[in-house]
This record gives sequence, structure tokens and C-alpha cells, in this order.
Amino acid sequence: MAYSEKVIRHYETPSNVGSFGTTKEVKEKKDIGVGIVGAPECGDVMQLQIKVNDKGVIEDAKFKTFGCGSAIACSSLATEWLKGKTLDEGVAIKNTELVQELSLPPVKIHCSVLAEDAIRAAVSDYKKKNGLEAADDHDHQHPQIEAVPCKTNAN
Amino acid sequence: MAVKLPIYLDHNATTPVDPRVLEAMLPYFTTKFGNSASRNHSFGWEAEAGVDKARERAAALINASPKEIIWTSGSTESNNLAIKGAAAMYEKAPRTAEGGRGHIITCTIEHKAVLDPVKRLMREGFDATFIDPPKDGVVRREQIEAALRDDTILVSIMWANNEIGTINEVPEIGALCHEKGIIFHTDATQWVGKMPTNVETDNIDLLSWSGHKIYGPKGVGALYVRRRKPRVRLVAQMDGGGHERGFRSGTLNVPGIVGFGAACECCSADMDKDRDRLLALRQHLEQSITKQLDTVQINGHPTRRLPHTTNISFGFVEGESLMMGIKEIAVSSGSACTSASLEPSYVLKGLGVGDELAHSSLRFGLGRITTKEEIDYTIEHVVRAVNHLRDMSPLYDMHKEGIDITKIQWAQH
Repeated sequence: MAYSEKVIRHYETPSNVGSFGTTKEVKEKKDIGVGIVGAPECGDVMQLQIKVNDKGVIEDAKFKTFGCGSAIACSSLATEWLKGKTLDEGVAIKNTELVQELSLPPVKIHCSVLAEDAIRAAVSDYKKKNGLEAADDHDHQHPQIEAVPCKTNAN
Repeated sequence: MAVKLPIYLDHNATTPVDPRVLEAMLPYFTTKFGNSASRNHSFGWEAEAGVDKARERAAALINASPKEIIWTSGSTESNNLAIKGAAAMYEKAPRTAEGGRGHIITCTIEHKAVLDPVKRLMREGFDATFIDPPKDGVVRREQIEAALRDDTILVSIMWANNEIGTINEVPEIGALCHEKGIIFHTDATQWVGKMPTNVETDNIDLLSWSGHKIYGPKGVGALYVRRRKPRVRLVAQMDGGGHERGFRSGTLNVPGIVGFGAACECCSADMDKDRDRLLALRQHLEQSITKQLDTVQINGHPTRRLPHTTNISFGFVEGESLMMGIKEIAVSSGSACTSASLEPSYVLKGLGVGDELAHSSLRFGLGRITTKEEIDYTIEHVVRAVNHLRDMSPLYDMHKEGIDITKIQWAQH
């Protein structure tokens, strides 16, 4: 399969790889929201961490992704887009925008869905930590939006 | 010496045609183009002579008689003819009965070209047992013995596995079948031409192999059908002009068959040299990678494997992204992620390799054209790509923090 140039660029030189501490450490940090979505047996796991300042603006974002080149590209691009956005602007990022920017083929749409899920999960985690009412995404822990089912045609 | 890119390390999928093979084939496209079944002119005779010579060479490679070789279009057809043809010939009860036509034994990690014919026979009233391989992937005589039934008519076990290269106990299983009077078929596509084969001492009744895996052309294969002790009979699956003594009708692919014969002769001549050289290169590849990277697993039996094949799982990285990082090296991924289905390899799953490792497996298939420089390049770039991906892998972080990722309740998506 041929990848788009943008996917290859994100794969080779990804933006914002990393984390704001170990799993334990970030749990303690109130200004960090963590979203981990996907599953190893499905071939992709995305970990997105956002650092939010007191004005409710995403100051910094970092990711770690186990997955194909498209999944890596989606998470890398998502971190670029998140920086400087408010929480509400962040969750407004749509998977279709990622698909368009990276020219993903139909079989890779689930990667963009996963990235959108990761953003919502991270924002929701931040809000929960800080006792903020998650007004427009109450039970959006792991939204199931048009995700390609992982276990297809098992034999 | 600079390495010429891309590097081909997928010889279990197919091999390039050896120049000696191509040279042998060329006249049969243009000047010696006759139909080998034309009995009344020299064009036919000369084509037939080419086919006869190829039959002798193919037979010599496996210590068979030329009369025991049936030409086909490849291993898939050979397997279909062997399995369906033997089942129809040796069935226990007529087709009208509900089931009970006979019992077939095979293994869950066979190639689809064996599994699917057996599954079709099950729909047509035969029973089948699919043996689970042990963790090391080697199917043993005792497992077949334990699965035998009074109505077992056919056992089909591959000689060496196409994904992991493990070598099954084929001579032993063949001996068992001969003791019990059961027909024994082996899909030897990955074995013949690479390793010494003797259908007499290895107790084989039916053996499939293919031209394009042994540096011959695509679209031509052979089926060995034993003629004595016991004489094996098959119901033809292709009807027509009665070619190949009625086993397989259809005008022979003369240039392909000539190439197949030449490829067999090259294998007979080069086998020992190729095997020793490739085994040394494979060991160099495996040892260098396992030395430089942690959490790496070589799948299948540690030593009972084809000299030119290795299948390696790299923990905490995903197969498709790994392939992307070594895009100048042509290998095969254990993950089917590149297709629409996200299922990891059923062979690796069959061995009990966890899904997360099966997703991150690469098969390296070395061959006659592989050089030491290519293997060195491969080692360097695989190690670099795995490290690059592990720097990005949340699973590798968790592993380093001592979190067991198999215990996490992952949200399925």
C-alpha cells in the first residue's frame, strides 16, 4: 500500500512523541489529561496526554502510539492541532479532518477514529480530575463512532 | 560493496527464475513450440522429449520414478488433486450417505490450499480432524497416531511450514500411515529442492511441489503419485483429453515444465552449497537481532527449521509500521493488516503466539541470491526501525514500568 507523503513524514519525524511522566506520575498531575484507546490485539493503541493551563487552554500535547504508520500519523497530527486550542475546540476536531489532511485510504479510517477517541478520552480525563462537569461529553469515555470492528472474519 | 536496493527476502513467497532455467525454457516458446500430445510430427516429438527429460529430472530430485510425476499448475492444484482425488477414490461409503464417507487428518497450520479442500470435503460428507500443533510448531507422529480412527483414509501434513519454516516429522508420519494402510500426502512446497527428499525412505504416497519456489517459473507444479507399495489411485479433478495418464487433462505447459525440470536439476546440484550458506546467514541474522534488541522471539522450533527461513516477533511494535521502517527490504508480515482484515497470522496464533506479538512478526526468507551484505543491511535497518517505533510505543513504556499489558482491560474498538 502506498502511503501519502504526509503520513511518511509523520512516521519518520513524528511531532510531540513522549509523555509528561510515568503512568503513575501523570495520574497525580492535575493539569494533565490522559487518554489511552485501542487494544494491542487489534494492532493499535494510542496514548495521548494533554497539558492544560488555568485558562483551560491546551498548552502542550504528547503522544505514544503502537500501530501502523497511519495511526502514528493521526496521533502526531492530532498533537500538533491540539496545541493552543481550548478543551472545547480540542474535542471539536473531527476524524474526517485528519483523514483529509493525511489523505488516508478507506481501510485506514479507523486510525483517525481512534485519534478522535483519544482526544475525547484525554479531555474527559482532565475534566474528571478537576471536577469539571463534562457538559457535552458525559459518557464519552470510549465513543464508538463508525469504528471498523477489530475482529472481522475470524477463522 | 554497496548494497543494491531493494533487497528481496521473501523467498518463501516466490523465487526469481534461475538464469540456467530461463535458458532451458526459451527454445520451447519459439522454435520447439509443439504440443507434446501431437504424436504424428516432429514438433510434437521434440516437445514431448522436453517434457520427458523434465519428468526425469523432477523424479530424480525426490528419488521417484518418472512415471510417478503428474504435471499440474502449481502446489494449490497438486494439493487439490491429491486430497480430493484420494478422498473420492478411498471413500468408505457412497456419496448418498449422510456423512460417514471417511476421515481425514490434517493440521490447523497447514496452507489454505490444504485446509480449504479438506473443509470442502467435510461439506460433502467426509469427517476431518485438524490437529493443533505444539508451541514449537512441529507436528509429531504421536499426534497423528492419537487422532487415527478406523475410518481414517487420508493424512495430509506439510513437510515444512511456509510461515515459520518448522519441519514436521514427515518420514515418521509416513511410516505410521503405511503401517495402517492409510494414504499419506505431504505439501512439500517449501521443502523440496531445499532439503534432500527421498519418497521411498521417507514413506510418501503423494507429494506436492511447485516450480516458482525452487527458482523455476510460476504456473507449473507437480504431484508425485506412488505407483507401487502401495499403488495410489486418484479420481481426476480435471476431465478432458486424458493427459498425464488420465490424472490431469489439459495441454501441457511445455516451456513451464521444461523450466521446472531444469530448476529441479539446479537444486539437485546446488542444494548442499545453498543450504550451508543460507543457514549461516540465517543464524547471523537471528543472533545479531536478538543480541541488539530485547523482547524478541523467534517463532517455531529453535533448530528444526528450514535453513533459509526465520519468523521473528518484535514485542511492542506493530508489524505494518515496522515494514514501513524497512521499506527497502521485502519481507512478509505476520499481520494481515495490509489487507482489509485486521486478523494476525492464523499460523502464529495456532502456535499460541499472543495477538500482540503475532501483529509484530516478520518472516525473512533467504535465497540463492541473498548476500552477506544484504543481511548486514537488514540487521542494521531492522534494529533501527524497531528502536524508532519503541520510542513511540506506549506498550514498551508500560513494559519498562513493569505493567503486564495482557492484564489490562483494553477497550475494544
